[in-house]
Amino acid sequence: MEAIYLDHAATSPMANGVVEAMIPVYKDIIGNASSVHSFGRKARQQLDTSRRVLAGSIGANEKEIVFTSGGTEADNMALLGVAEANQDKGNHIITSIQEHHATLHTAEKLEKQGFRVTYLPVNEEGLVSVQDVEAALTDDTILVSIMYVNNETGVIQPVVEIGELLKNHQAYFHTDAVQAYGLADIDVHEQGIDLLTVSAHKIGGPKGIGFLYVKEGVKMTPVQFGGEQERKRRPGTENIPSVAGFELASNIAMETKQIRNERYQKYKQILTDTFTEAGIVFRINGDQEKTVSSIINVSFAGTNVEALLANFDLSGIAASSGSACTAGSVEPSHVLSAMYGSDSPITTNSIRFSFGLANTEDNVREAAARIASIVKRLTS
Amino acid sequence: MTDNKNIRVVVGMSGGVDSSVAALLLKEQGYDVVGIFMKNWDDTDEFGVCTATEDFDDVVRVCNQLDIPYYSVNFEKQYWDKVFTYFLDEYKAGRTPNPDVMCNKEIKFKAFLDHALSLGADYLATGHYAQVVRNEDGKIQMLRGADDNKDQTYFLNQLSSDVLEKVMFPLGHLPKPEVRKIAADYGLVTATKKDSTGICFIGERNFKSFLSEYLPAQPGKMMTLDGIEKGTHDGLMYYTIGQRQGLGIGGSGDPWFVVGKNLKDNYLYVAQGYHNEYLYSEALVATDLNWVQPDQIEDTFTCTAKFRYRQKDSEVTVNVKDNKAYVVFKDSQRAITPGQAVVFYQGDVCLGGGTIDEIIKDNKALQYVG
Repeated sequence: MEAIYLDHAATSPMANGVVEAMIPVYKDIIGNASSVHSFGRKARQQLDTSRRVLAGSIGANEKEIVFTSGGTEADNMALLGVAEANQDKGNHIITSIQEHHATLHTAEKLEKQGFRVTYLPVNEEGLVSVQDVEAALTDDTILVSIMYVNNETGVIQPVVEIGELLKNHQAYFHTDAVQAYGLADIDVHEQGIDLLTVSAHKIGGPKGIGFLYVKEGVKMTPVQFGGEQERKRRPGTENIPSVAGFELASNIAMETKQIRNERYQKYKQILTDTFTEAGIVFRINGDQEKTVSSIINVSFAGTNVEALLANFDLSGIAASSGSACTAGSVEPSHVLSAMYGSDSPITTNSIRFSFGLANTEDNVREAAARIASIVKRLTS
Repeated sequence: MTDNKNIRVVVGMSGGVDSSVAALLLKEQGYDVVGIFMKNWDDTDEFGVCTATEDFDDVVRVCNQLDIPYYSVNFEKQYWDKVFTYFLDEYKAGRTPNPDVMCNKEIKFKAFLDHALSLGADYLATGHYAQVVRNEDGKIQMLRGADDNKDQTYFLNQLSSDVLEKVMFPLGHLPKPEVRKIAADYGLVTATKKDSTGICFIGERNFKSFLSEYLPAQPGKMMTLDGIEKGTHDGLMYYTIGQRQGLGIGGSGDPWFVVGKNLKDNYLYVAQGYHNEYLYSEALVATDLNWVQPDQIEDTFTCTAKFRYRQKDSEVTVNVKDNKAYVVFKDSQRAITPGQAVVFYQGDVCLGGGTIDEIIKDNKALQYVG
């Protein structure tokens, strides 16, 4: 039985050519980019090129890109670094209850350090309201962190409007764009974004590399200490092969953005058409008009995620639900709880399917049929 | 070997050596084995650490060694409703509950079995020391585990043949040291892991302080049955019939033992001497009866019985009437405890069991016991 991967929002296979592009970098670019010799300069050249390309992909300039180990580190850095550096201007931070835990748990840490954090609610469609952001803003607010696309529902948040709102406020605007990058049109300068998180492995790049865009002039202290790399904002010898792979994956993602959006939208349709034809009861979570093409979150009434995910896996389908707790059992999704309330059955019967490079129309069709038959069996 | 690869067996894995070896043996027999960890209790501490995390991590490592898929399932709510609530209610009633029996009945071999079946399982397997066989008539029977020291049929007495039909106990024929040896030979990461002790949700913690978190303790008088005050007790729920430790009655002569509880006046009755007559009884009444093969149970029969885990069998005569069993002992028995299970055997066959409800002496139910 063919295993079918519908969990690209967790991580993606590498895009065509990325591994191949990294191998010569591993073999030939052996220097440390900080070294004052030809080996070092060669590494630095590769680093500069990649940085320029990646900056261009979000409308930033190259000095505004800080390479990190991935999305989590970038989110941590944005919150911790901005909070510490701007304490003189205030101690209030605004975020939402549906953020990724990389943001939420960092915000909780800052609360323990004395910062005041407002966790904005979301509506039933999975959207943060700009009015709520506005109402929460005070003279004390130094940072607003609202994700670009929610990782569980795929709902695109009103980032542009929030960026606009904050143009005349001291608060910096950070957005975790891990699930948006490569599919949404991001232009940080135009959209009023001061800090933005991106991860390579979600777009067909290598795991363990990402970046934080930090607008020029934004005050941010480092959270790690050591060398002077990344303009002292993130010490540690640069991971040149991964940066190079990231660059290529980004190029491919940008070039194929439109065609992939169309393709994934079609896959969504195949999934929902198959479910409808099979006569199973389902509902799609999140505002469908405002959802990224790659993610669809579906609630199957009368089931539970533990039985669904195990059954899917045993028939070769890889999907996921809300974050797993450490003992392996699936806790109710904090995102769906935010939308529907924590006692809604939707929080424990919803599955996220996410499309990407491993999918074809055929394997999505096959997956949809298997999913439908499992749901049918579990609910009959 | 028959073609086992099309037979799916879900193994309930706790992260201990027994269930690890159960999974290993089934895998070696060619079954389509799936490991599932069950989380029934949340003891997460202030640092976010819970014992389930460690145990699940062991399940993951064992399953990866065996190259079988693994999942987990959360039954905290069902466990609370069906097992823990019963556990507290029994203590409130002055009895000594057996949550392991209830857990097997309501969780492992009901909710968890249903979950396994929903995954397309043909069988549910666990690392219990017991055996399921079909007799000549094709009827399902449960036999004691071959290792007399580890036999766990006492805890499984509430399983019916409908359930047992879908159950495998891959360790039932093995002595425990052999199980450890298999684990070691295979290099399972759980080979030398300590066996869990005590009630699963209490673990190594102090029982008294655990219980006091859930039930208000009402200290009262410690009395002899003749009405002489011997001291105070911390709350009736902390004591069980026949208990010697923790009474704090000094003085000369034989040690003192708990012989009864008076819930109305909140007295704990004590008496002197291990063989004190108040500790002995002649019969009991059991409720919540389960028979593995109900149609093979006659109204009156003789068999052997256990009144607590790992006790030696005693000869009894059983009269079944109105869903109750009147169990008459051949020899009088010491410290029979209401709330515990009585389990019946015919040779190695476990017939079933029930909950000890009343204790009888001189043809009367003991007033302060049960």
